[in-house]
Amino acid sequence: MLEIKNLRVSVDGNEILKGVDLSVNAGEIHAIMGPNGSGKSTLAQAIAGHPAYRVTAGTIEYEGEDLLEVQPEQRARKGIFLAFQYPVAIRGITNAYFLRSALNAIRKERGLEELDAIDFLDVLEEKLEIIGWDDSMVNRPVNDGFSGGEKKRNEILQMAVLEPRLAVLDETDSGLDIDALKTVAAAVNKLHKPDNATVVVTHYQRLLNHIEPDYVHVLTDGRIVKSGGKELALELEERGYDWLSSDVAAV
Amino acid sequence: MSGFTDAKDRYLAHFEHFSANGGAAAPDWVKQTRGQAIERFADLGFPTTRAEEWRFTNVKPIADEPYELTGVPRSIEANIADLSVVSTPVQRVVIADGHFSGERSSICQLPDGVTVGSLSSALDSGNELVRRHLAQYARFSENAFTALCTAFLHDGAFIHVPKNTVVETPIEVLFVSSDADPTVTHPRCLVLVDSGAQVDVVENYISPGSGKYFTNAVTELVVGENARVRCYRVQQESPSAHHVATTHVHQHKDSRFSLTLVAFGAALSRHDVRLVLDGEGAESSLDGLYVMSGKQHVDHHTVIEHARPHCNSVERLNGIMDDFSRAVFVGRIIVREGAQKTDAKQSNNNLLLSGTARADSQPQLEIYADDVRCTHGATLGPLDEGSMFYLRSRGIDEVGARRLLTYGFGAEILGRIPVGDISERLHTLFKNRLENMIGA
Repeated sequence: MLEIKNLRVSVDGNEILKGVDLSVNAGEIHAIMGPNGSGKSTLAQAIAGHPAYRVTAGTIEYEGEDLLEVQPEQRARKGIFLAFQYPVAIRGITNAYFLRSALNAIRKERGLEELDAIDFLDVLEEKLEIIGWDDSMVNRPVNDGFSGGEKKRNEILQMAVLEPRLAVLDETDSGLDIDALKTVAAAVNKLHKPDNATVVVTHYQRLLNHIEPDYVHVLTDGRIVKSGGKELALELEERGYDWLSSDVAAV
Repeated sequence: MSGFTDAKDRYLAHFEHFSANGGAAAPDWVKQTRGQAIERFADLGFPTTRAEEWRFTNVKPIADEPYELTGVPRSIEANIADLSVVSTPVQRVVIADGHFSGERSSICQLPDGVTVGSLSSALDSGNELVRRHLAQYARFSENAFTALCTAFLHDGAFIHVPKNTVVETPIEVLFVSSDADPTVTHPRCLVLVDSGAQVDVVENYISPGSGKYFTNAVTELVVGENARVRCYRVQQESPSAHHVATTHVHQHKDSRFSLTLVAFGAALSRHDVRLVLDGEGAESSLDGLYVMSGKQHVDHHTVIEHARPHCNSVERLNGIMDDFSRAVFVGRIIVREGAQKTDAKQSNNNLLLSGTARADSQPQLEIYADDVRCTHGATLGPLDEGSMFYLRSRGIDEVGARRLLTYGFGAEILGRIPVGDISERLHTLFKNRLENMIGA
């Protein structure tokens, strides 16, 4: 589904990703772990197509198509979703209106009929249940005045509504208390299907107690320095990241 | 400068004519007030940009235009209901070219004791309340335009809601200007809401055409003890029009007042708002949205005066500026000596959609008490890149994202209006304004 080869990405002229390879197939859950500043978020943003993250070398292919020439909105319509580490507040636009606009943009692209406000509410009701919210949150402006945890939950609500094929969750666990974390993890598990894939970017092993990855990759200083199964996450929890950096230095 | 002298002479000549004709029948106290006001205007003349209060707004286009004073309202073809901001049952006072128009107004089913109607007939009938309150709040000593409006004091709307009376249907004062020769009107409103009373008032300045005219309006509002008044003011004058206005609100103890300003129209507009919280426990909110394009110029000068302790005020104005338009906001908060426990918040955010639009924003705090909380903030700039990407990452294209964020910028202000007919109509007006401006 997702094929990343030798990806190099610069932000403001600083090279952050220095040759990343990653291959994700349908039905898989991948965890990208690594210390702060290692480039995890940069990788997530590059997949979503943020214009400030400049790809200087390498390729990103999604379902056999070169993504680098594809605008962010087209990537979304093709089924790519990024749950932001720092979701943006959109003043004056209610969550419900925003979600319907987004869903209709995607539906239109796929030749499906756009949903009116009433049909959309039916869809929304069902998705709200997944994250344990009532209507009150969807009539508030998008993320405006939301707590950190509410913003993260809102990202998962969007994911539930938009039903992406490839979801990239960027530090969705940070700032969540343990109950919220369980709810979010349960929602992600519920949304995970054999024909879609999930990439979980996280600093902590904690989330992986609740979302079980098929693969764990360690990103350090812009490179994936180690990949393994879910047991790698436990090893990282015990030993930290330093031993891996020195591994690389030794090579 | 000579242009301003000519202009002054023209208005002084208007006054001579007015005193001998339309204004002749007024009670003595009105004539006296007019006389003082025209004298003051003669001293002040039209302000130049050297005057601090007019630093950002040059009134030369107003002074240069030889506006005529209208004697009688001209014919207005448009359907009044189409111009209205209220579609549910409404008490509607129509001021056509500055004159109360009985046949276009619709006033019905008012609670006992409530007066809604023409200021002119209230003056003629010797209404004691009018005499006591009119021209007592909007002082004309420092403002030439207020002085002019007071000099031509004659007609407009008068609203009085007596003690503990709740007026359920909103009252709309619709100022409609015809599309004929360039004329000036000086409409005047006096709204008196006694203690414990409640009312919603809409002021709507509109023209069915695109002609040149000059509205020079003054509104005075008195909110009695524990009264609740919600006021909406919609300025959608013709794109060639000039609009200068003063709104003065005087609040008593424990009163709650809110004013929502919407300014979309006029080539050049200037609105001075002064809210005086003159009783403990009074609460005030001032929300505003202006949307400008082409070469429009809009200027808001607001003063919120905390004269007593334990009062709250919140002021929030957002502006959306496109093309070569220009916005001015000068917002002063005054906390008088002894007005402890004042809580005053102010914000002014300007969204610039073009590189050539301009906004000047100046908060001014004058605080003479020590136990107060005053905050202010102003922003200025294009749409936020981070927000744009966030929307695009959800499948919304660039044009759609820009439209949504721009809409949200205004909806943030309009969203504070209680859900209902007025809120809906103002949202629709705003949507239409944006569509005309940035394309549907």
